[in-house]
Formats: sequence, C-alpha cells, structure tokens
Amino acid sequence: MDVASRKKYWKKNIKILLSLLAVWFLVSFGFGILLVDQLNQIQMGGFKLGFWFAQQGAIYFFVLLIFIYVVRMNMLDREFNVNEE
Amino acid sequence: MDILTWTYILVGISFSIYIGIAIYTRAGSTKEFYTAGGGVSPLANGMATAADWMSAASFLSMAGIIAFSGYDGSVYIMGWTGGYVLLALLLAPYLRKFGKFTVPDFVGDRYYSNKARVVAVFCALFISFTYVAGQMRGVGIVFSRYLEVDINTGVIIGMCIVFFYAVLGGMKGITYTQVAQYCVLIFAFMVPAIFVSIQLTGNPIPQLGLGGTVEDGTYLLDKLDGILVDLGFNAYTSGQKSMTDVFAITLALMVGTAGLPHVIVRFFTVPRVKDARLSAGYALVFIAILYTTAPAVAAFGIYNALNTVADQPVNQMPEWVGNWQQTNLISINDVNQDGVVQYTPDPVTNEMVIDKDIMVLAAPEIARLPNWVVGLVAAGGLAAALSTAAGLLLVISTAVSRDLCRTFIPTMTEKRELWIARIAAAAAVGIAGYFGVNPPGFVAEVVAFAFGLAAASFFPVIIMGIFSTRMNKEGAIAGMISGLVFTLGYIIYFKFGAGLFGLSDEAVSADNWWFGISPEGIGSLGMIINLGVCYVVSMLTPPPPQHVQEIIQEIRIPRGAGRAHDH
Repeated sequence: MDVASRKKYWKKNIKILLSLLAVWFLVSFGFGILLVDQLNQIQMGGFKLGFWFAQQGAIYFFVLLIFIYVVRMNMLDREFNVNEE
Repeated sequence: MDILTWTYILVGISFSIYIGIAIYTRAGSTKEFYTAGGGVSPLANGMATAADWMSAASFLSMAGIIAFSGYDGSVYIMGWTGGYVLLALLLAPYLRKFGKFTVPDFVGDRYYSNKARVVAVFCALFISFTYVAGQMRGVGIVFSRYLEVDINTGVIIGMCIVFFYAVLGGMKGITYTQVAQYCVLIFAFMVPAIFVSIQLTGNPIPQLGLGGTVEDGTYLLDKLDGILVDLGFNAYTSGQKSMTDVFAITLALMVGTAGLPHVIVRFFTVPRVKDARLSAGYALVFIAILYTTAPAVAAFGIYNALNTVADQPVNQMPEWVGNWQQTNLISINDVNQDGVVQYTPDPVTNEMVIDKDIMVLAAPEIARLPNWVVGLVAAGGLAAALSTAAGLLLVISTAVSRDLCRTFIPTMTEKRELWIARIAAAAAVGIAGYFGVNPPGFVAEVVAFAFGLAAASFFPVIIMGIFSTRMNKEGAIAGMISGLVFTLGYIIYFKFGAGLFGLSDEAVSADNWWFGISPEGIGSLGMIINLGVCYVVSMLTPPPPQHVQEIIQEIRIPRGAGRAHDH
C-alpha cells in the first residue's frame, strides 16, 4: 500500500472515529450529565428523560455505536483493500 | 428441598463444569497460556470478556449502590459501559494487530524502552492485585452466607478452584470457563429480576418495569421519589453529587475501564483485527444485559425494603429481615423505643441500616421466590467473582513470566517460561487468598486507585502510541509517571491523609477537593496531566527511530495480523 493511500485510509478512519465519539459524548456526558436537569422536564412513560439516558439509554447507544463502527470499518477496509480474508 | 441443599447442588454443578472445561482445554504452549493461541471466536471472546469484566462488585454490590444513591449511581452505569466504546474504537483493533501478548509488551516495544516496560509492569501488577483481593473476599462472603461455612474456609475453597483452572489452563482454559461462568451469572441475575419486575409492575422485562406503574397506578419512580422525599431523603431521580464530580467520576471510570490490562488482553485472543472490533461489540451487549437490569433491581429493591420495613412495627418484620440480621448485613435498632422502625437520613434517629450487598443477595427472599432461585444467585455471585479473579491472576503471572523474566533473560526456553508463568500464577493465588482471609480495611477505597491509575497511566500512553507518530519514549515515561504520581498523591492525601500524616479532618474534607472532584474521579484529571506532559516532553526531545515509525504504520492497517491456532 503506497504512502498516499495509507494517509487517506487513516484520515477516513479518524473521521469515522470522531463522528462516533461525538455521539458517545452527547448521549452520556451530554444527555446523562450536563443536560440532565433540562431533559428531566420531559417525561417519557414512567421515566424522566435525563434519568433514563443516565441509567439505561446511554448504554443502548454505546452498543449501537460499536456495531456501526464495525460495519463502517469493514466497508472502509474493503474500499482500500486492506481487509482480512 | 431447603435453600442449603439447593445451593450445594447448584454450586456443585457449576464448579464441576468449570473444572471439566479446564481439564479439556489446558494450555500446551506459552501462546496458548497467554492468549489462547489467538483462536477464540469473537462471540465466545465477547462472552468471556463480559464475565472477566463483571466482578463480584458488578454482580453483588452495584445494584445496592444505585439503590441507595439513585441518580448518583449512574456514574457506575455509564462509566463501566462507556469505556467499551473507547476500547472498541481506539484500542482493541490496533493492539490485536500489534499481535503480542500483554499491555507492557506494547508499551515496551512502541516506546523502545525497557524502562517504560517496567513502569507498565508495575502499574499492571498494582491494578490487578488491588482487584483480585476484593474478588477473593467476595467468594468468602458468598460461601459463608449460603453454604454456612466459615468465611476463611470459603476463601480457601475459592483459591483451590481458581488455582486449578488458571494455573493449569492459562488463557485457553480461562476463556472457555469464563464463557460458562457468564451463562451462569447472567441467568442468576436475570431470573430474580424478572420475577420481581412481574410482582411489582406486571412487566416481565425489568428495563421496562422500571418505567412501569405499581399497584396504585402511579409510576414506580415517581412513587419512589415521593416516599424518599417524605422521609427526608433526596429524590431518587436526582443526585447529591455536584455535576463536575459526576462528570469526572464517569470519565475516570470509562477511561479506566479501557485501560485495565485484564480487559485489554482479552482482545489479543481473537484471530483477526475485524474480530477484535466485533468482539468488543458482543462484549458490551453481554455486559449491557446486566447493566441495564441493575438500575431496575436497585429501584425494585429499595422500594420493597421501604414498603415492608420502614414505618412498620418492629415485632412484625418479614422473615428475610431476621435471616439477614444474623449476617449483620441488615440491622434494626428501635432507638426511640416506639415499636416502629423509622428510616431517616439522620444517623441519630435512623433505626434501619441495610448493607448495599443485600439488594441482590436478598432479592429472591424479599420477593418470596422459590428456594432454587436463592441457590442460583449464590452460584452466580461465585461465577462473577471467580471469572474476574482468574483473568486478573493471568495478567499477574504473565507480567512476571513474560514482561519481567523474558525481558531480562531473553534466552529462556518456552517450556521454562511456561513454568515460571504457572509458578507466578500459583504465588498470586496465594497472595490473593491471604488478602481474602485478612482483608485490608481499605479494599473499597483502593478500587479508586485501580481505576485512577489505569486512567492516568495506561490509557493516554497507549492512545498516543497508536494515534501519534511523534510520541517518543521520553514523553511516554514522563507522562505515565506524572499522571501516576499526581493521581496517587491526590488519592492518598484525601483518602488516607488523616491516618498516615495526621492531617486534620478539615484539611482532607470535600471542601478542599480541586474543582470539586472527589478522589474517585481524579483519574480524569490525572489523564489530562499525563497527556499534557507527554506532549510537551516529546516535542522537546528527538522523534522515535525509524523502526518504531514502521510499527505504528503497521498497526494502523488491519491486513496481516498474525495467524491463529485452531482450537
């Protein structure tokens, strides 16, 4: 693999990472901690929304994020022909 | 059949399964001993990681902690799961590609320095010993409560079991035993949770039951808020900790999780880089099943306890209160002699003290579930403690045999190294057992060290090792040491300052915390200091040599990870 496409691969990788980590931060530190009081004004069934994010919701998003990462990276690996057999 | 018989049967069956697996899968080579030959499927590895990660604390204590701290307990829920996102995205695939056996291996090679390797070994040993002592204690507690043996006998039985499969089987044995242990522990956690959820809210899914309604049609959480506020406590859904502190603790736990050597090393056991990514996803799914259930167990437990004990006549306590009073995990003392149990935030007038561990242990009895469920919880608690202990013992033995002995005696034969690994594992079991029998009074406090240290030492150095080509050994060593010293210093000052240096209570009080960050959360600041120091020092010193640049380029590309053994 030549240097130019190595760089390009890595740059795209970083872009995927940053966008997923932004969501990671938003659902846990954002919704679960920093904005918890505002979100608690919203009632979702028996839950206050902020409390729900802090004790359940964030985890569902974490799981989702990892699987999105797996799919996106497998696509990227194939695109740059660095995938494993 | 009574509870004791059921417990003996279920614990006996589960232990025979673990030992059978250990004999069947014992390790023959160092590669099998350290990383199971790298041939574990992502699904099995995910399950093993989940069992490895979820300790006696997750299984027994976490729901109880949440029950008594409500929203503040979220730091554990988010902190101990969010770390897997970091692990999956930032560490696991690259470390798998690197293809060696341990975390100090990576630190030593990437930073072309045995000094860096030794600092990493020290951190790995400290973190692992801290943890393992707590696990052995957990084993002892479960044995003494359920099997009615002496707590020390319990610890010794636990030591023998772990010794058997960790020393014999190495990583290969541990992996497949952990798969079995995961199944036991998750079943044991879910069965009572589902029953209690149906009883209280009519919903069989505890995650939904938490948002459900109780008998009188009000929402469970609203009702709980109401009861607690009436008794003079904070509402369940709002916390007491400051936002800064909640933020810092959550961050420290997440980053600490991603830096724990016994978790990281599990991702060396899968065949390919893409398997490492996927495996982290599976691990989090398996962990999430327990972690999304725990808040429900917590709320159900405290609701039940408040309803059946608080403001009830002292002579009409339910049967489980009597059972658990014998173990001192719950105590009722009618201070004002009015014949009624008052539960208040003020320690002077409070008449009911419940240990946090009781929420999971006593849940089946509180809900009057059949006896076999009680036995099942005992087997689950043991599975959680033993699986984590085994993973930690492996890190300890590897650190000694590979990272220390192999580094300084490179001519050692593989057979010899394997023997040293086994002897080290045996010695570690002995030391862990000693701490289980004679627990240092500060086990709970020391857990803050483990996470703080992992966050402030390993995590930044590994991340920089992968994502920066400029980071050199000077930067890494300076960063690790400054992060470590700062975090240790802060925790020792505030946790042990009064005892060790005779500081006044005022000097070590929460008012003097920096930025209002508690010792539990200080690892996050330690991590930032580590990153800052490593950056500055590396800029002032020469860049890493050419062969290290090549290592970095190599680990960034998935193709070409070392071939794995078939099992």
